[in-house]
Amino acid sequence: MDSSVSVLLFGITRDLTGQSAVSVPLTEGDNVGDLINQLHQNYPALAGIRSLLVAVNGEYAESEQILVHHDEIALIPPVSGG
Amino acid sequence: MVALTSEPIDVAAALTFLQSEQAGAIDFFLGVVRDNTQDRSVDRLEYEAYDRMALSEMQKIADDAQQRWPILRYTIIHRKGILQIGEIAVLIGVSTAHRAAAFEACRYIIDTIKQTVPIWKKEVFTDGEEWVNAHP
Repeated sequence: MDSSVSVLLFGITRDLTGQSAVSVPLTEGDNVGDLINQLHQNYPALAGIRSLLVAVNGEYAESEQILVHHDEIALIPPVSGG
Repeated sequence: MVALTSEPIDVAAALTFLQSEQAGAIDFFLGVVRDNTQDRSVDRLEYEAYDRMALSEMQKIADDAQQRWPILRYTIIHRKGILQIGEIAVLIGVSTAHRAAAFEACRYIIDTIKQTVPIWKKEVFTDGEEWVNAHP
């Protein structure tokens, strides 16, 4: 079953894409690493960022974590709070 | 308690919250907006947060600190939105029986916030703008 997920964007990733969320096509069994690859393909400007992490349902995720379409997914560029 | 706020941080209210009859030490760390970075003149900072995760990550840090030091009360408050020079961007406050633990816990909390909490700051210069830490 193919579907898509919505990915929340913050900081520089929002500025580079001009959007606060983007839809990314997902095939069943796709993991966080696949999502990052898709995003890099669709938005080549993301390659200029020092590092990109992914949060799934509010927790940092490893690249092997499998995604499902109702997950809340966010792209986390280098943080700079404080 | 941990909080994100768009309003100015009230240091006096935080002090009242931290006071306890068992507390012999209260430490604060205040992160403040300064007017320059690497020789560039800063006009203002713009902070943005992934709210739900920023709060849960701040809570994890607070829980961790409580495991490591005998903390009586703590408060962690981070601003969002546009901040002008001199405004407080983040307040960490810790009360303990003795000073060593308060100093150490305060430092641990701010250092870890800077590493893991999904909050981003954009420096707006007089001649451009830049997301901090974003580029190699």
